[in-house]
Amino acid sequence: MTAKRILASILLGAVVAAAPGPSQAQEPDGAAPVRVVSMNLCTDQLAMLVAAPGQLLSVSYLAAQPRSSAMAEEAQNYVVNHGLAEEIYLLEPDLVIAGTFSTRATVAMLKRLDIPVAVLSPAYSLDEVRQRIIEMGEVLHRQEAAEGLAAEFDARLAALRDKVIRQPRAALFFANGYTSGDRTLAGQILSAAGFDNIADEVGLPSGGRMPLEVLAMADPEVLIRGSRYEGNSRSEEILDHPVVAKLREALPGAAVTDRDWVCGTPFVLRAIEELAETRRKLETSP
Amino acid sequence: MSLLRLSDISVTLRQRTVLERVSLEIGAGELVGLIGANGAGKTTLMRAALGLIPAQGDSSLAQMAPRARAKAAAWLPQAREVSWPVDVETLVTLGRIPHLGTGQPVGEMDRAAAERALDRMGLKELRARTVTRLSGGEQARVLIARVLAQETPLILADEPIAGLDPAHQISTMRIFRELAAEGHSVLVSIHDLGLAARHCTRLVLLGGHAKVADGVPRQVLTPDNLRDHFGICAHFEETAQGPIFQATEVVG
Amino acid sequence: MRLLGFGLTGLVVLLALISLVLGPAAIGPAESLYALFTDTGTPLTLVMREIRLPRMVLALGIGASLGLSGAAMQGYLRNPLADPGLIGVSASAALGAVLAIQTGIAAHFAFGLPLCALAGAVVGVSLVMLLAGPRGSSLTLILAGIAISSLAAAFTSLVLNLSPNPFAANEIVFWMMGSLSDRSMSHVWLALPLMVVGWALLGSLGRSLDALTLGEDAAEAMGIGLRRVRWQVVLGTAAAVGAATAVAGAIGFVGLVVPHILRPLVGARPGALLWASALGGAAMLLASDVAVRVVLPSGDLKLGVVTALVGAPLFLHLIYRTRREMA
Repeated sequence: MTAKRILASILLGAVVAAAPGPSQAQEPDGAAPVRVVSMNLCTDQLAMLVAAPGQLLSVSYLAAQPRSSAMAEEAQNYVVNHGLAEEIYLLEPDLVIAGTFSTRATVAMLKRLDIPVAVLSPAYSLDEVRQRIIEMGEVLHRQEAAEGLAAEFDARLAALRDKVIRQPRAALFFANGYTSGDRTLAGQILSAAGFDNIADEVGLPSGGRMPLEVLAMADPEVLIRGSRYEGNSRSEEILDHPVVAKLREALPGAAVTDRDWVCGTPFVLRAIEELAETRRKLETSP
Repeated sequence: MSLLRLSDISVTLRQRTVLERVSLEIGAGELVGLIGANGAGKTTLMRAALGLIPAQGDSSLAQMAPRARAKAAAWLPQAREVSWPVDVETLVTLGRIPHLGTGQPVGEMDRAAAERALDRMGLKELRARTVTRLSGGEQARVLIARVLAQETPLILADEPIAGLDPAHQISTMRIFRELAAEGHSVLVSIHDLGLAARHCTRLVLLGGHAKVADGVPRQVLTPDNLRDHFGICAHFEETAQGPIFQATEVVG
Repeated sequence: MRLLGFGLTGLVVLLALISLVLGPAAIGPAESLYALFTDTGTPLTLVMREIRLPRMVLALGIGASLGLSGAAMQGYLRNPLADPGLIGVSASAALGAVLAIQTGIAAHFAFGLPLCALAGAVVGVSLVMLLAGPRGSSLTLILAGIAISSLAAAFTSLVLNLSPNPFAANEIVFWMMGSLSDRSMSHVWLALPLMVVGWALLGSLGRSLDALTLGEDAAEAMGIGLRRVRWQVVLGTAAAVGAATAVAGAIGFVGLVVPHILRPLVGARPGALLWASALGGAAMLLASDVAVRVVLPSGDLKLGVVTALVGAPLFLHLIYRTRREMA
């Protein structure tokens, strides 16, 4: 890589960054990558699960935070990156794995610098979780490991889908009044745990803002609320609104543990398990 | 009866002496013309008398509580400021503010006072017009009417007739004289020495930061004073139609 | 004048009722009003008492505060462009509120939030008055406003970006544009006392502002204590705007639009404009809040978007009219 080429790519940056979205995961060809950098919380965790020892070099800083990552401890063994083209380039990777929502400008620049970039979409359903595991296997040339992981995922999921006597109506309620419906991973977790989702009743299958009064009028049986982050914000204030407080007092509830909920990894099974436990308690109590 | 007593008023603005030890007393029934070249301190003297700027020495008005002072003396500033497009009658009625208690609405007496002021200044026809759309001279008359509506024993007016047409200059000075005849007193700063000589019962000449002369026009508008403090010479004659003063030449 | 009073009051009452019966949960007007006054034991009573009632009361109080503050500042500065939003008072109040939340003052002490917003607003108003001078020309006023708004907004963004909380950074838009969604009765009790103090301070300025029509010198000679008037304007505006901003974010243009529309109807008297603008402001904010709910029933369209859509063109018109003075 010559200085001239770097300069050229910087100058081109503005033009190329505006080009349409990044390409899909590239076809595996040639030798397996040996210096892999992941720059997205969800690809971080999948990569850590699937990669061969020493194959994965760096994960994003979010992967190292216990609040957001189910594999924070594991992530301590890797170099931490902040998704900046410069630091990633200096790691001299032969493959970068990014998510669809990673900064486009960064991805575009890495591609111009001739670094192969694989872009994985987020998983919106449990089927897609399985798919992403397989995709990660292809990207890392670790198909066998991935298939093993997927098989284990299938088996555990099947075991979790026990018979449900009655599906209680639950509401997911997060900061800023957001909820998640059936077309989201969180909604899928909820239904896998045997709940009906209020968000689908009120026409928010893809999730979105659920006004407080809609929540109150929907009269849910269970309130599953977003958990709080450190520091203060007025976005989370809504979780203390008298209406929410009354629902919390009156109803059995659960808090979402973000690290198991946000990414399409096998850890969603843990979320389903915990939720199913809440439901079973509800079924046994009068 | 004294309506204003100033003793040894000195004013220093931005470390520059503007007035030094000026004393002045105004009794009832006087129309006092305050004259002097530009920058002689006419405006400063009047503002100091009202207590609007800090001054050394004593002023009978500045010592009063703000509200009592506003009932004792009305002030017409030189700047003709009307910030909002109010109608003439509303603006003139503003002169009644010192007479209204907290929360007390404008009453019959106040309306009558405003009416008298409008009548005196010949503004009855214009009462519903918007002040800011009137001509400069008309606005000046409306502002004088506001001061009249305040119905105070003493009026201090800073160049009230500047910018008026000759007829209204004369009629305004007449009105001030009528007020004096009724027992009020008026202190006006004025550049038109002809009108001053003709209408004022007394002239006070400021020059060199101090009061130079004080007395009836004839005693003040002497050739020496005119030369030393205005740099002019003039023709001054008592006629059957009253005193005639006309500046003729620039001297020095 | 009396007709105007009745008209405005009627408008406010009507809009308040519309505000109460309008919401994303489709409930009949009669049913919802019944649930408001009678505890039906259903979620409907909860919705009416804890969601819609506080929203309506806040829209009313905040609108009145903004209208009143605008009219008072315009009367004091004798400039029709003075609006708490435009001259940076709202933005500095928002900074105070953000600091209160991020430092945890708001969590530890109930009135910490509105009082910090008040402190921010005091700094904002004082700076404007200092920079714009006793009779602020439009140019200095607007320039001072831009400087203060930008600075306060920059600090607000900085504080929110530095917060460890991942949601904080997304709240910048709330503090800049304002919203009344999902407020509760506790917000009403937080903001209302301070607003009432502000109203009392500003509402008693009528005669002084009338006198100031003739300029500072004439007003002072008519027995108006200018120093006291200045303090009343600063503290009154800061209390009203501070309390409003603390619970609803910075909402611009209400204090500009309302006095401008009502001025001809009260014969341009700044004193009479005070109460008229308070009513008018309440009506405008209630209407804007109804509009955001009609346009985007389940979303959270910011109030400032609607007020700016109405206010900014009017602002341009006002600048066009005053440009001679500004040149």
